[in-house]
Amino acid sequence: MGFLTYLINGLSLGSVYAIIALGYTMVYGIAKMLNFAHGDVIMIGAYLVFMCMSNSGLPAVVSIVIAIACCTVLGIIIEKIAYKPLRKATNLAVLITAIGVSYFLQNMALLIFGSNPVSFTSVINWEGLSLAGGQLKITGNAIVTIITCLVIMFGLMWFVKNTKPGQAMRAVSEDKDAATLMGINVNATISLTFAIGSGLAAIAGALLCSSYPNLNPYTGSMPGIKAFTAAVFGGIGSIPGALIGGLLLGIIEILAKAYISSQLADAIVFAVLIIVLLVKPTGILGKQIKEKV
Amino acid sequence: MKRKMLSLGLCAMMTASLLVGCGSGNTEGSAENVETSGELTWRIGGIGPTTGGAAQYGQGVMNAIQIAVDEVNAAGGINGYQISFNFQDDEADPQKSVNAYNTLKDWGMQILEGTVTSGACAAVSAETYNDRIFQITPSASSTSVIEGNDNTFQICFSDPNQGTVSADYIAENGLGTKIGVIYDSSDPYSSGVYQNFATEAANVGLDVVATEAFTSDSKTDFTTQLQKCKDAGADLLFLPFYYTEGSIVLTQANKMGYAPTMFGVDGFDGLLGVENFDVSLAEGVYLLTPFAADADDEATKKFVATYEESYKDTPNQFAADAYDGVYIIKEALEAANLTPEASNEEICDALISEIQNVNYNGLTGEGMTWNDKGEVSKDPKAVVIKDGGYVSVQ
Repeated sequence: MGFLTYLINGLSLGSVYAIIALGYTMVYGIAKMLNFAHGDVIMIGAYLVFMCMSNSGLPAVVSIVIAIACCTVLGIIIEKIAYKPLRKATNLAVLITAIGVSYFLQNMALLIFGSNPVSFTSVINWEGLSLAGGQLKITGNAIVTIITCLVIMFGLMWFVKNTKPGQAMRAVSEDKDAATLMGINVNATISLTFAIGSGLAAIAGALLCSSYPNLNPYTGSMPGIKAFTAAVFGGIGSIPGALIGGLLLGIIEILAKAYISSQLADAIVFAVLIIVLLVKPTGILGKQIKEKV
Repeated sequence: MKRKMLSLGLCAMMTASLLVGCGSGNTEGSAENVETSGELTWRIGGIGPTTGGAAQYGQGVMNAIQIAVDEVNAAGGINGYQISFNFQDDEADPQKSVNAYNTLKDWGMQILEGTVTSGACAAVSAETYNDRIFQITPSASSTSVIEGNDNTFQICFSDPNQGTVSADYIAENGLGTKIGVIYDSSDPYSSGVYQNFATEAANVGLDVVATEAFTSDSKTDFTTQLQKCKDAGADLLFLPFYYTEGSIVLTQANKMGYAPTMFGVDGFDGLLGVENFDVSLAEGVYLLTPFAADADDEATKKFVATYEESYKDTPNQFAADAYDGVYIIKEALEAANLTPEASNEEICDALISEIQNVNYNGLTGEGMTWNDKGEVSKDPKAVVIKDGGYVSVQ
């Protein structure tokens, strides 16, 4: 029974990583940049949910919708102000800008919310399931997190495959210049990607803080780094890769804590990452794209 | 190209993770109550987290020192000189703490009462040792704070003491038969208490069935550690860490339907003040403290009343330790018969020898004395949380 409980906890943690990893992987796939501010958008999303729910007494669903809307706008603004002017700059310049935005968001949150951590009330009010005569207890948080993750993942895969904007995304990710020639609005497509990624960040923030109820301006940093790892692990740029990377990372982390050592868990997670990248440098589902000379 | 980007990304990730560690937050130094008159005064500095994860400690300490300083000043000061007090925020971060210390040094600090948390205090005490500034910490309990520094003294009991006393207390009162331990392996305070607890638990025959750790990078998810303790059948959890993580552990244990007796040490003081925390989860939690606000001796009553009136809050043990600190400094300075004209080094040397002769009756203990290592000798008390308040256990 112990093993099943750990597995479910791992899946739940991995689902949060996967939703966050989506934000990294989509932006990377389409704009070829690493948006390190993503983890901090999660934190902002969580604060918005907290303020709506605990301070204003709105229902959880309404709070999450408001947070998604605000984070979407925030994502578009960040893209417009900080990244768009650098579209032609080197990758390194964009990367540093992203780290700058990340710190800007953290410090802004420090100013607005202060650095005192708050205890986050779970958005899920469901006790969960008790199976096998109470031996196996699955919390409502875990179930909702896993289901939400799967719904988002399949929804997004469908969106990218079957809709016009989705096709535009794929086209831009393959060849920006050719896509422009075919009449695709590249800037609008990139903005849309940021909007979707940031909206998802709000959901990730609410789910993250529901399971691990501590919210402060640095809440997004560590999960952001872990989710980025998951994205690379699964093959950055690939949506199913983010799912597989996220889930595997979560499960490895929890099982390492449970069966090897709770002190070494993080070291083990990153060691696995290094080994995977040594064997398969593009990640589990990453494709090797030949450079045209 | 793709591979290049990937390695770039990994480099960036590592850099970012470094930054996460050291860059946790910006602080504007909070200069409180700085007196700028040209008059000669005792310049006592304080450092502690008034924001961040341990903010309740820093605020308690700052407020209590202010109360004590006001009282001493109203009664004529120390050796006829008034006290100026300046308190700086460090968010419990060692780097920020050293910055705060430098700010205070520029201000002309002669004596430091701080810092509040162990990690930060160890960094600052290395500085005060070099600069020969006398330092007395209200609450940094790790031995690393006083080791090798003749100028640093503690008002709180040290980690070895806490770990040992906790194990004895649990054994004597039969609070639990199977003990689970969760501790922060990246924190000197937490691992210090844990090590001594483990040693003493073995001596008194406590059955420790599970020992789990977490680090500062993974201090939000305790479900695995709790599950392991639950599977091992632990009916008492010993939790030597701070209240912020404490509130998460209690919430997650409740979600899992796991309800052992929870036993924290002095770091759990402040649990009831976590914003938006469901305090009913803390019912029945034991914690170790030298001070209970419900005690009925005159000194405690007076202090609690003044504190509640000024700050609309019940003082915790850190506040009480800090309040005692000012009077301990006063007593030692009077015994040394010094004036603020003395150099920092003279004050430091005089106080080091005088404090070892002090026998002080304060809020946090009767007959408190100090040895040359800087450790205090006094008795801890256990309190239990009942109906949303701290109640002494007899």
